[in-house]
Amino acid sequence: MHIEVTNAPSPTLPRWRGRGSRFGLSFVFAKGRSLASPLPRSGGGTGRGLWVAALLATLIAPAHAYKAYVSNEKGNSITVLDTEKMEATSTVKVGRRPRGIALNKDGSELYICAGDDDAIQVLDTKTLKVTGKLPSGPDPELLALSPDGDVIYVSNENDNLVTLIDVKKKEMIGDIPVGVEPEGMAISPDGKLLVNTSETTNMAHLIDTQSKEIVANILVDGRPRFAEFKKDGSELWVSSEVGGTVAIIDPAKRELKQKISFDIPAMSKEAIQPIGISFTRDGKRAFVALGPANRIAVIDAETKKVEKYLLVGQRVWHLAFTPDEKYLLTANGVSNDVSVIDVASLKVVKSIPVGAFPWGVVVAPQ
Amino acid sequence: MKSLVAAFCLVLSAAPVAAETVNVKVGVLREAHARETLSILDIPAADDTLAGALTGAADNNTTGKFTNQTFEAIDAKLEDGDDLVAALDALLDKGALFIIADLSPERLLAASERAKPKGAVLFNVSATDDRLREADCRANVIHVAPTRSMLADALTQYLIWKQWRRWLLIKGSHPKDELLAQAFRNSAKKFGAKIVEERVYEDTGGGRRSDSGSVQTQRQIPVLTQNAPAYDALIAADESEVFGGYLPYRTWDPRPVAGSGGLTPTSWDPSHEQWGALQLQNRFTQTFRRLMNARDNAAWLAMRMIGEAATRTGSNDPEKLGLYLLGKDFSIAAFKGVRLTLRPWNQQLRQPILLSDGRMIVSVSPQEGFLHQTSELDTLGVDQPETKCTLK
Repeated sequence: MHIEVTNAPSPTLPRWRGRGSRFGLSFVFAKGRSLASPLPRSGGGTGRGLWVAALLATLIAPAHAYKAYVSNEKGNSITVLDTEKMEATSTVKVGRRPRGIALNKDGSELYICAGDDDAIQVLDTKTLKVTGKLPSGPDPELLALSPDGDVIYVSNENDNLVTLIDVKKKEMIGDIPVGVEPEGMAISPDGKLLVNTSETTNMAHLIDTQSKEIVANILVDGRPRFAEFKKDGSELWVSSEVGGTVAIIDPAKRELKQKISFDIPAMSKEAIQPIGISFTRDGKRAFVALGPANRIAVIDAETKKVEKYLLVGQRVWHLAFTPDEKYLLTANGVSNDVSVIDVASLKVVKSIPVGAFPWGVVVAPQ
Repeated sequence: MKSLVAAFCLVLSAAPVAAETVNVKVGVLREAHARETLSILDIPAADDTLAGALTGAADNNTTGKFTNQTFEAIDAKLEDGDDLVAALDALLDKGALFIIADLSPERLLAASERAKPKGAVLFNVSATDDRLREADCRANVIHVAPTRSMLADALTQYLIWKQWRRWLLIKGSHPKDELLAQAFRNSAKKFGAKIVEERVYEDTGGGRRSDSGSVQTQRQIPVLTQNAPAYDALIAADESEVFGGYLPYRTWDPRPVAGSGGLTPTSWDPSHEQWGALQLQNRFTQTFRRLMNARDNAAWLAMRMIGEAATRTGSNDPEKLGLYLLGKDFSIAAFKGVRLTLRPWNQQLRQPILLSDGRMIVSVSPQEGFLHQTSELDTLGVDQPETKCTLK
């Protein structure tokens, strides 16, 4: 018999607990893999209410069914979700330690950084089969795709390099030396500026994609992990996991404009660790995942004020909107689930069980 | 005035790039550690501590390419009978005004005194003595290594979380074993554990290596531990490495062992891989062909703290860098899951403590539920209200 532990058992109650039994202990005894069907949570008072709300929402405005892909760092798998049914539809075995994931333009291929296999795997999203791999250098963690989809930029932590890969030819076409432990990768909407963050050097390196030269190095707070451009390219946001802040950079002037910090009542400063960042298409709102603070900060992207903190699962990593921006999905590492946020009401409406240690999440364009 | 404003803006907006290369020289003043360890896995290598400092210098130099700064580690190893003052003077003469110190408490205090007129800053990477942060604290010493009280509290929080509250305490017969035993006694009182009995393991001399040692040990340890009152965990206070490692699996009663054997609190362990630590372990092992121990890690961290301060201030002036490190803007990432900062009242680095069984990290303290008004990391060790330190 195979025993699957969906939540880490703990003799004492986790501090963030306080919403009924949503994250109660549940051991699931299953033959083989059971991730395809949603697991009933113990109790369920809150759950049922949320279900009704979700059903009502579906009745009023029929949502599109999108496919979301979640990388499970410890599960060595990708969970595929149906965003309308809000459940897992399949689980695909992939390489070891999958973290950063990205879809190509039409959503036909998913690129997966399989860190412990030193490769980027290519998953055919129709057949859900791994069709090949791209050479990446050792331990790839995050990647960025050029707007035309021809070049993948990968951060290779062990070599202090950003590696360039030609997607069609499946070959490495260059590398750029950066700071210690490169991690976050983002590319400006016009494709001209690449940004890489280095976790131990604590810089955002701005790189001209034409010349492949670094054009500016901007110091940010400790352990910068993720970078994201606003959709109009006017601002670049960089999250510092250990520093606990988000730096806002003017990409044209290549300078730091300001920093956003977070304050959650009764939560220690050290536990607030910003990671994933997502902007709404109109650039008016930003959502920032706060790691072990188990919350998403909702930020007015114009005034830079935090409007609200939304409680999600444990150690939340990365985020993705559905293309209609109705929902925002969050990958929650320690609680092995994806939280679904209703963007209009700013409410967490559902928790979907996925594989072990979900890390990255993307949603297909259609 | 205009140029001043412009310079200030530059500092705010980008990494400060010096016109001329700024060289930061760091001395690594280290004494040899005992090779008499119970496990051969713990015998110190010739480059013990130094290898960590070199790894930190390499990291800083990668960053330095973008800021026009270079970092250099200058080794000064004290062999038996070597004069501390002469070795320190040689480092200071070479312009090394940052000293990574792997020294006994007495030598650390002597080095602090000697370095004072030169304005040099010392980074203590190995001495765990609480007195160096309390009655004997010094303004030019920053403590990267945790204290005995921090290590004891880290272990105790976990044992309390496990509800293993009744302890049999066995201590060695050397003064530093008693210091560790006292840290465990204080910790038991602080968090509500009970020491049901104390025993002493006399060091009768002799070596650690023999060709059939386990045959005798298997018979000695049950005798040492029999006829004890009911207890939940056996706590060993054996910094001298005389018996602690022999206790697990050999006790009269089947009980877990912790402290200087079994589950051990430490600032670093070669098996630590979380929060990106694997990357540091990998680059250390690739270069030095061995595993990183706690002293290596503290030296790496001291070098990173120097690097971080140099990057942020664009300077190599020890006074400026010291002010930055003790200021409110300083924090550093060290693969422990949270930012590390300095306790301003005694210059001790706040840090989570790993609990290792020698193969794996069993847990990391502070444990959930141990709360503090300033930082949960301050639930470990002597806290500000109890401090006896007046920095001078």
